[in-house]
Amino acid sequence: MIEVKNLFKSFDGREVLKNISTVFEDGKTNLIIGQSGSGKTVLMKNLVGLLEPTSGEVLYDGRNFVAMSKKEKIMMRREMGMIFQSAALFDSLNVLENVMFPLDMFSTMTLREREKRAMECLDRVNLVGAEKKFPGEISGGMQKRVAIARAIVLNPKYLFCDEPNSGLDPKTSLIIDDLLHGITQEFGMTTIINTHDMNSVMGIGENIIFIFEGSKEWQGVSHDIMESKNTRLTDFIFASNLQKKMREAVLANGIKI
Amino acid sequence: MLLQKWLTTFGRYIILMGRTFSIPERMRMFWKQYVKEMAQLGVNSIGIVLLISFFIGAVICIQMKVNIESPWMPRWVAGYTTREIMLLEFSSSIMCLILAGKVGSNIASELGTMRVTQQIDALDIMGVNSACYLILPKILGLLTIMPFLVIFSSAMGIVGAYATAYIGHIMPPDDLTLGLQHSFIPWFMWMSIIKSQFFAFIISSVPAYCGYTVEGGSVEVGKASTDAVVTSSVLILFSDVFLTQLLS
Repeated sequence: MIEVKNLFKSFDGREVLKNISTVFEDGKTNLIIGQSGSGKTVLMKNLVGLLEPTSGEVLYDGRNFVAMSKKEKIMMRREMGMIFQSAALFDSLNVLENVMFPLDMFSTMTLREREKRAMECLDRVNLVGAEKKFPGEISGGMQKRVAIARAIVLNPKYLFCDEPNSGLDPKTSLIIDDLLHGITQEFGMTTIINTHDMNSVMGIGENIIFIFEGSKEWQGVSHDIMESKNTRLTDFIFASNLQKKMREAVLANGIKI
Repeated sequence: MLLQKWLTTFGRYIILMGRTFSIPERMRMFWKQYVKEMAQLGVNSIGIVLLISFFIGAVICIQMKVNIESPWMPRWVAGYTTREIMLLEFSSSIMCLILAGKVGSNIASELGTMRVTQQIDALDIMGVNSACYLILPKILGLLTIMPFLVIFSSAMGIVGAYATAYIGHIMPPDDLTLGLQHSFIPWFMWMSIIKSQFFAFIISSVPAYCGYTVEGGSVEVGKASTDAVVTSSVLILFSDVFLTQLLS
């Protein structure tokens, strides 16, 4: 479980995160949603330590990450996996070497064991056969899947995903969503996903935090969104006319999602 | 204000070097990177070093012969001056200035691209000391290969000088040989290698800083690459003055 307490973050006196307090639960797909520029990525960067909060606490199973020494943070990070918006695969390494990289750095396995484990992860993301290809030779969706395989290869306790569906078509986005949700349940990880993909929100959101202008505006589960009276939330989720009409139809006919 | 900016940059550079010069997490991975960087930064530069050194050696020899020749001068003076210029300045300082362009822009753009595409963030999140993993092999790789480049450059310059004698018939080869062997001081070879070690550190660490600390996108990566080449070239020129004074 990850607990955030009274988190503030400012850049040159401009407050980007304002008093965020929330809990990200174990074994659940936790989503952070909000408009572009609302502070989602800054919040995630504070969670993983790429940015230092101005004040507040980030507790990983009760351990305050913000107060940890550099060495403790490095050890803590070995319990984390992260999937970046751009996949952030190492250009000079092929798919298999990318997935094996965390094992090469931190495990005491033999080369054969490392390869076997990496192939298991590639199999889990349906990428067997692509292991000799380089990141520049595969599609965006495949790159995201390689990034997922690399993130889970060390069996992390916490998985962070920064807009994993950005730049992907709706069908590939669904595949990525299903994969992340499946992995979360399979390994009992605490998964946190930054997204503004509404399919993800309605499909896999088990604990959703809505950030509006740097503050936590709403928290709940996906089926609460339909009936929510929070206009900022509904305006954001059902932004298009089609989505508004669908919501009205769902509410009018009492359909449960 | 400018002084404060320079001091801040220098402070950040020192902090980065502090992170860089730490014990690698996994020596197996470090050696792999070290060998790769020696090949990429050093071995891949041998071609350009040999090519430029050959022609500069030839041109110096021709210029010396044509412009210094006089009944009052000994016949070996062209060979002697060619050797001294190649050994004392060209093969260390000027060659490093050329490498600052090739290697420096390579390092800055590689690390800058890794930064803007979040590959460095990915390393940090994994708990890897990204500065040590990425920068240390580059610095040590270039420091290792640089003496060989200096020796190859000096030798190729002399080959170039001989080419003017044998092929261009600018002067008798025996005169050139006499000049090349005249009053040779072995310390000059060491001086050249010692200077090149300082320059190798500048060529690898300054562009690494410029690339590693990039913020933004492709425009900033390009700017960092230019800054890296300009800054390392200026630093080489400055330090050349002090090192020459110190070592002579």
